Amino acid sequence: MNNLSHIWQSHRQTISILVMVFLLAFVGVNQSWVLALSIFNLCLISAIMALGVNIQWGYAGLFNIGIMGFAALGGLSVVLISAPSVPMAVSAGGMKILFALCLLLLSIVLSVYLSKHKYNKGWVVLSLVAGYFSMRYFYVDAAQAIEAVNPSKTGYLGGLGLPVPLAWLAGGLLAAGAAWLIGKITLGLRSDYLAIASFGIAEIVLYIIKNEDWIARGVKNVTGLPRPVPLEIDLQQSPWFEEMVVWFNQSSLSLLTEVEKTKALGILLREYSVVFVKLCYSGLFLAILVALIVMANLAFDSPWGRKVRAIRDNETAASAMGKNVKRQHLQIFIIGSAIVGIAGALLVTYTGQFTPNSYQSLRFTFLIWVMVIVGGSGNNFGSVIGAFFIWFFWVESTPMGLWLAETVQNFAGADNGVSAFLQERAHFLRYIFMGLIMLLVLRFAPGGILPEKDKKL
Amino acid sequence: MPSFDDVLNAFILLSNFVLLPALTYGAQLALGALAVTLVYSILRFANFSQANNMAFGTAMTILLTGFFQSQGWTISGFPTALLVVPLAIVITTICLLLTERWVYRYYRINNAKSITVVMVSIGVMFIMGGLVQLIMGPEQQIFADGARFIWTAREFKAFSGLSEGLALKTSQLTTILLALLAVGLVFYFLQKTKIGKAMRAFSDNEDLALLSGINPDKVVRTTWLLVAILTTIAGVLFGLDKGFSPFQYHLLLLPIFASVIVGGIGSPLGAIVGAFVISFSEMLLTYAYKKFFIYLLPTALEPDSLLQLIGTEYKYAVSFVILIIVLLVKPTGIFKGKVL
Repeated sequence: MNNLSHIWQSHRQTISILVMVFLLAFVGVNQSWVLALSIFNLCLISAIMALGVNIQWGYAGLFNIGIMGFAALGGLSVVLISAPSVPMAVSAGGMKILFALCLLLLSIVLSVYLSKHKYNKGWVVLSLVAGYFSMRYFYVDAAQAIEAVNPSKTGYLGGLGLPVPLAWLAGGLLAAGAAWLIGKITLGLRSDYLAIASFGIAEIVLYIIKNEDWIARGVKNVTGLPRPVPLEIDLQQSPWFEEMVVWFNQSSLSLLTEVEKTKALGILLREYSVVFVKLCYSGLFLAILVALIVMANLAFDSPWGRKVRAIRDNETAASAMGKNVKRQHLQIFIIGSAIVGIAGALLVTYTGQFTPNSYQSLRFTFLIWVMVIVGGSGNNFGSVIGAFFIWFFWVESTPMGLWLAETVQNFAGADNGVSAFLQERAHFLRYIFMGLIMLLVLRFAPGGILPEKDKKL
Repeated sequence: MPSFDDVLNAFILLSNFVLLPALTYGAQLALGALAVTLVYSILRFANFSQANNMAFGTAMTILLTGFFQSQGWTISGFPTALLVVPLAIVITTICLLLTERWVYRYYRINNAKSITVVMVSIGVMFIMGGLVQLIMGPEQQIFADGARFIWTAREFKAFSGLSEGLALKTSQLTTILLALLAVGLVFYFLQKTKIGKAMRAFSDNEDLALLSGINPDKVVRTTWLLVAILTTIAGVLFGLDKGFSPFQYHLLLLPIFASVIVGGIGSPLGAIVGAFVISFSEMLLTYAYKKFFIYLLPTALEPDSLLQLIGTEYKYAVSFVILIIVLLVKPTGIFKGKVL
């Protein structure tokens, strides 16, 4: 026993990676490789989100529970940047709506200027109210005009039609902007104000995206967003791909007759094209994740990182040494949120659709937090491991719940109330389990799977 | 000039659709906000599981209501839910005391950072939420029985001879009366009883309170008891008014926090005032004033648009905007609460 725990202590990283590989392979063999790959891809995206949150929590102790809001902003930017534009809608009300938003922005800038220069508060309020009403005057008509353009297919402004990678960057920027706003207001106040305010902004962002159809069709969803990898259909028709599939299955295909061969090849092509596309995504996400982790770790070991740690470990001492604590926190909050935004953009790129209803603000925010806590707060690689395990169990908990229901049924005989109840409500058990895991880890292993390494300053 | 009747009609219209509902909603929020503020000032953390605790208390009430109805233990015309509230409070108290014993106590004794405890409360929130959904299912349930109205709009019109009616729902009257009673009792308890004074001392200066022999465990237990009472009543009143669905309760979290911060975090009176600020702003800003102004303005000036300041779908956004304004202008809230 002692020996085992010693091995675990000294090889935490390797063991957890091996366990994860084994679990994915298990799903691949027993369920399907496509499923294993899609779990893997979503794990990678969650890992990027968890990394962003870990930077905020582990580097600065900032508690952000608006993760889904930032992720939705990232997703929105994919629509705004890379979706094809809708010229009809733009001419119907594009300029007008832009003008309305500029008016609002102008009034906000004006009121900030007024309040900075100690003008009477009445003027500040007046400027905001005037801005709001003049915005609404133009806005309502314009929004209606845009939404009236072919409502079943478009009914929104469309995007700029630019390449997808640009949209990822824009997603990061958009999320960073929102984070700047929230951070500016709440950092420097009580630490739980940031939590409450970030929770609030996430809700508001989601409300706006759901209700303002001209932005991204609201709950009618935007589908068929451009992808950075080839389409399955194109792959199935390209000769080089067919050659590759044939080469992979040389031995089994050579046993078949010509007619059987074409039929089998068709099925194989379909299967391989799906796997190939998923693998492309995996490569892409993995590259981004690795790049982000390397950057985060380099930053953490640099003089900047030493400053960050000094502030985290003792704010008072650090500020006595002339470090600007509030500024530092704002910086970290923005960086972390930007990473979450990028992950949100990647998620939308991966699914190829923007569905505002799927951003259930607290549910997935909570999931990401469990990942960070379980993985090991403060350890970047830890949050990746946490993301893998938690996402894996989140996805696989439904089959597990059904399996449990079946076992109960087999054990207690058919037609008993318990198994029917479990089958119907099994997916609510997940929240209870996730909550329990979080509480247990926080209490008994606050370091998580991979605790942060002690670094000498 | 509009006639006296028109002015009266306009006022009745506003009362029926804005003022009375806002008063009711504000009373429900106030009880929830008071619970958050109590936890905040005694246990020193922002309790994110408040909304889900309310859902839990309501779920227990619904189960008990069903049981009482099946046994025929009802009083005609009186909501059965109110009969079983004391029992539901007992269950909720047990549940909250268990979370205290198993979860929060450890962090309190070890003087953990408040933000860690906030995180823990989010864990509790998900367990509670999962539990409620597991028991009740996600669908909306109506559990109010008895008379729906004290008087209906039609009765009011016949009585007053006006063209607008002011209906008074049973749920509205019970909310206002019960909230008054609960708040009154809590304030009496805090001001007059020995343990209430101990609680205030503990909130004011923990070390000094401990030094003068106040038993911290007793203070904490009493706090959770008060919180359970407020939480269950708030939840049940909200459910009687709007029906029970776990998701609806979840949405209450933001308005409750906004109330607490607007009023001044840690100040009981502030929580109540904050709740009414939030509820009245929500209702006043999302109401369409067209009909109201038709009564008041001469025919030539009658508006043709809805005259709605903010779309109804942004009802919950209002509380957030007010929250942000308060954080910008006066972070301590209306009644100077604790900040920093």
